[in-house]
Amino acid sequence: MPAFLLGRLVSLTLSLLAASVVIFLVLEVVPGDPAQFMLGLNATPELADALREQLGLNGALHERYFTWLFGLLHGDLGISYGYKVPVADLVADRIWISLPLAIYALLLSTLIAFPVGILAASRRNSPTDVSIMGLTQLGVAVPNFWFAMLLVLLFAITLRWFSAGGFAGWQDPVAAIRSLTLPAIALALPQASILARVMRSSLLDTLGEDYVRSARAKGLTRGQTLWKHALRNALIPVLTIIGLQFSFLLAGAVIIENVFFLPGLGRLVFQGITQRDLIVVKSVVMILVFAVILVTFLVDIAYALVDPRLRRSTR
Amino acid sequence: MSSFAQPLRQDSLWRAALRSRNFLIGAVITAVFVLAAVVSIVWTPYDFAAQNIPNKFKPPSAEHWFGTDHFGRDILSMIMRGAQTSITVALVAVSVGAAIGTPLGLWAAARRGTLLDETIMRLNDLVFAFPALLIAILITAVFGPSALNAIIAIGIFNVPVFARLARAGALTLWQREFIMAARVAGKGPARISAEHILPNIFNTLLVQITIQFALGILAEAALAYVGLGAQPPIPAGARCSRTARP
Repeated sequence: MPAFLLGRLVSLTLSLLAASVVIFLVLEVVPGDPAQFMLGLNATPELADALREQLGLNGALHERYFTWLFGLLHGDLGISYGYKVPVADLVADRIWISLPLAIYALLLSTLIAFPVGILAASRRNSPTDVSIMGLTQLGVAVPNFWFAMLLVLLFAITLRWFSAGGFAGWQDPVAAIRSLTLPAIALALPQASILARVMRSSLLDTLGEDYVRSARAKGLTRGQTLWKHALRNALIPVLTIIGLQFSFLLAGAVIIENVFFLPGLGRLVFQGITQRDLIVVKSVVMILVFAVILVTFLVDIAYALVDPRLRRSTR
Repeated sequence: MSSFAQPLRQDSLWRAALRSRNFLIGAVITAVFVLAAVVSIVWTPYDFAAQNIPNKFKPPSAEHWFGTDHFGRDILSMIMRGAQTSITVALVAVSVGAAIGTPLGLWAAARRGTLLDETIMRLNDLVFAFPALLIAILITAVFGPSALNAIIAIGIFNVPVFARLARAGALTLWQREFIMAARVAGKGPARISAEHILPNIFNTLLVQITIQFALGILAEAALAYVGLGAQPPIPAGARCSRTARP
């Protein structure tokens, strides 16, 4: 296990470094001068030059990369060109919307998918199974932003149970969770549909295994076999998908945060792009990629805990 | 799906397909969608960009089957033209992803265990680590929003999908006797990959292409929704829904 962990950690670090180089280079080739942009109509060549110097834009490519990387490690993400406040502050405000939203959505999708998938698998080919499969097919096909708009129409405009958008702030936790509920449902439903389908097919696979038949032969009921033997073994593919979904949820949040006017990281990136505030884009994208790589790493570790056979190979 | 479980003779395949309810439902929906897109190349009921403001927000009627939008444009015409955009973007993007990813995966499998294999696969992991939509948004941020950039963006995150699939499929095939026979016959790795491996993993690739195509359409829709896809006046289904947001 220690060797496995070490190998995974090395690969985690290398991935993060490679990702930072890619993000840095992609945003380097963007046309447009941030100094010119910040100064707007007041830009004289001398002023722009002074500002570039102040922003550290005049150094060589590799110098700027290492300054940025070094800053990242210290939590110093630079000063936003548009907001003129430290990017770290912008991120710190918004992460308390995006992270709870992603976790909320992940919880919802797991809570929906597990019972639904298990129900469908235990009643294979019954009308229940067929209707669940039909509904999840629909859930996979519907774009989440469109579903979000339907939710707003029904729950915010017609029934007035939730607000149509915006975020109340965490001072009032109940109100905060209320304003995250519709976005979380919109994010979770397509993911829950996928997860329920994976859960069902994975469970059906394990239910066909010899050890399940042996368990039945020794006198366990169908339910006991399912809960004691099949379910645990069916969880590996489900875990993979949950890990992958976290990355979908983070990226999907860019769209959903826009639908609901939630001031989260996704909206920050999006506004950064439209306002050419690329220093914000660079750092936030790096944070999101870091989150995804970290989750992949944690899923790998979780595998090794669930299935000891996987500890031996490094991949 | 169950009717495909046992091997079928070629001539009964079509009949079995027609008996499958799932296939029929899917085929009809797909056909309608594709037909709308194809017909829109030569004809739409109205000019999809023609505005007629006095006639705005009309409910569905005999003249405008789906009604009109806030500029009085015919919604049916816009949907038909929008379907064309969606299908083209997704199809081209997935083709690009498959066309780059598959050879990469085959190449990695042919040189399995070498530094080249390791490099290709780790690069794939790297692309995989970027949330797909985020790549798309980054690319459109750099090169500006357009249908072409949406294609590039969606295509890039399809590359590792096909590279992994092709490599995994090819790796098991490289152990088989018929590949050994081909090597004994003097064929090089490139020729074996193209003539023997590719045809044998083609089915798996095709299934993945259909899945990625569906995801591609959704990705195009998401990009268009935030305004980073095809630009006005070319309709994109999702942008119509954005402008009509409650």
